[in-house]
Amino acid sequence: MKKLILTLVATFGLVLGAAPAHAAEGGIAWDKFPADRVTDIAALQNGAKLFVNYCLNCHSAAFMRFNRMRDIGLTEQQIKDNLMFTTDKVGETMKVAMDPKQAKEWFGATPPDLTVIARSRASHSGTGADYLYTYLRTYYRDDTKATGWNNLAFPSVGMPHVMWELQGQRVAKFEEVTDPHDPSKVTHVFAGFEQVTPGKLTPQEYDSAVADLVAFLQWMGEPVQKERVRLGVWVLIFLSLFTVIAWRLNAAYWKDVK
Amino acid sequence: MAEFKEVPADAPAAQKLLNWIDNRFPLSKLYNEHMGQYYAPKNFNFWYIFGSLALVVLVIQIVTGIFLVMHYKPDANLAFASVEYIMRDVPWGWLIRYMHSTGASAFFVVVYLHMFRGLLYGSYRKPRELVWIFGCLIFLCLMAEAFFGYLLPWGQMSYWGAQVIVNLFAAVPFIGPDLALLIRGDYVVSDATLNRFFSFHVIAIPLVLLGLVVAHIIALHEVGSNNPDGVEIKEHKDASGRPLDGIPFHPYYTVHDIFGLSIFLIVFSAIVFFAPEFGGYFLEYNNFIPADPLKTPPHIAPVWYFTPFYSMLRATTDQMVNVLLVVLALAAILAVLKGGFGAKGKLGIVVGAVIAAFLLKVFDAKFWGVVVMGGAVIILFFLPWLDRSPVKSIRYRPGWHTWLYAVFVIFFFVLGYLGIQPPSPVGEKISQIGTLFYFGFFLLMPWWSRLGTFKPVPQRVVFAAH
Repeated sequence: MKKLILTLVATFGLVLGAAPAHAAEGGIAWDKFPADRVTDIAALQNGAKLFVNYCLNCHSAAFMRFNRMRDIGLTEQQIKDNLMFTTDKVGETMKVAMDPKQAKEWFGATPPDLTVIARSRASHSGTGADYLYTYLRTYYRDDTKATGWNNLAFPSVGMPHVMWELQGQRVAKFEEVTDPHDPSKVTHVFAGFEQVTPGKLTPQEYDSAVADLVAFLQWMGEPVQKERVRLGVWVLIFLSLFTVIAWRLNAAYWKDVK
Repeated sequence: MAEFKEVPADAPAAQKLLNWIDNRFPLSKLYNEHMGQYYAPKNFNFWYIFGSLALVVLVIQIVTGIFLVMHYKPDANLAFASVEYIMRDVPWGWLIRYMHSTGASAFFVVVYLHMFRGLLYGSYRKPRELVWIFGCLIFLCLMAEAFFGYLLPWGQMSYWGAQVIVNLFAAVPFIGPDLALLIRGDYVVSDATLNRFFSFHVIAIPLVLLGLVVAHIIALHEVGSNNPDGVEIKEHKDASGRPLDGIPFHPYYTVHDIFGLSIFLIVFSAIVFFAPEFGGYFLEYNNFIPADPLKTPPHIAPVWYFTPFYSMLRATTDQMVNVLLVVLALAAILAVLKGGFGAKGKLGIVVGAVIAAFLLKVFDAKFWGVVVMGGAVIILFFLPWLDRSPVKSIRYRPGWHTWLYAVFVIFFFVLGYLGIQPPSPVGEKISQIGTLFYFGFFLLMPWWSRLGTFKPVPQRVVFAAH
């Protein structure tokens, strides 16, 4: 029986190994989001500030209440004074004033709701936070597009580079690479950015600001995520102790069964 | 009517109460028949835990489901938001929802293992055919329940998954389009569909499911449990009529099951608390995007527990139908030459085969895909009569039988894996082989299950004291 199970496991492993790796659906490979930011209160607060200033004008977060931000260490007064522009009720959700129909006219698509955006963008290429972290850092000038902007992680994206003042303007350089096996195949390969105008932030500062923003988006996708893990540890400790008791109880009953 | 029993006037109050009830309702009788004096074989191994685990998961699903319905709104405009409301604003809503979503997958894990146990030890053989058939019906209900429930969060995968599966019914000849319309209640998956799926998910199917579970357990307790040796413990009883190799279910198997349950709960809780999405397999990432009837996702895959069957559906291409034609012709020729039928029987086989071949070519391969997918589940019902092996348990079957089961399991996993992946030419070929193996395994069982050298089956169960 054991041999059988081992064989099964080994064979299944082979099948999985033989399968082709998932290619990212359009766009480049994703950078790794610094995941420790999600538990960093200062980063989350900075992310919240960036979010309401840069994202919430066009994107809603219709399932997220303003006062939920108490969970990241803000008081209701702080939230009211600094983070609310569209409503004065702190129990309201983060709606957006823009008419969806007009938005569609302007951008070609209604800007998606961002409440659970970090959860929805995950794939086998990485977490949703990885995607967002890459996406918000790979904008470049492209005059062939209606907005004047293009993106490496989301080619031909409808959204312009909202944080361009922070990052400055960049252009992307591409190289034509010929396939060594098939000279007729020429692929367009990204070969780096070139800074055209400087931003208000240095590249390092910009990466850090985006990481804070993405941390906020990740947190907002599931505000209870930290609490969930904390609670899970206690549940598992309890269940482990319970298992020991159940194990000994079982043994006590069965020891006389011959 | 049973005789009216009296207890002494000075008996304890509890005994008086029990007697009062027993004179009006068979409480003690039921307890003894199903727990206290239900004798189960003492040699159960770990494979025997999954039945009671399935019952526990059923209870988890029902209880969490009741609380979810208190806040969920079956309305195309509100459903997605109400799920997020449960996740954010309802106290402990996130825990209830994750338990329910993880419970759905856990249900299939334990039920697949429970069914495989039956396969290993011949638990479906006489006299347990009805136990098995009730079990198969439970499995069917479970699939329906999971399918209807998956639409309710109203995410992209909910929506398009339902769209794909309902469209399968449209492939049925003649009545297909009307049938699909009847299921949807609209020309596309819409609010009407959501409402009826909600009704099926919370009322109709659970009602049937509970009835079947009761029938499954009553039938089991009537005939008695099988065991890893596949010997009947009722054939060896002591002077008072108790099976010598049996042991009262309570307390022996209750403590046993509590131990098993606690290990299961560790795994279950680890998923609920640390990985509720389970890498996109339990909660698909795309389902965090609200349903959009105008935007088809690039890759629609059902949840993992449906994928082996979904693979078989996708494997049934025009080319596969031709393969099935060849298989049909070979089977007919073999039956005519070697079947030992009379002239009428032979004629019947030839006519039947010609009609079947005609239908195979007339109807669309898509329809046959639906037939193959449905047939893969329906064929399980016939297992008690397909298996002709002289012994029940895999322990006493020829060694190569074990390998055949192993290959079967591998193909089941491979089909499941391919069902998750986007279609590819190589994957299609492998899933076609897998489909043929799956059906070959069952349809040829009357022959292969008799072949080989069987080991002698002991009179009594093999049991090593703990």
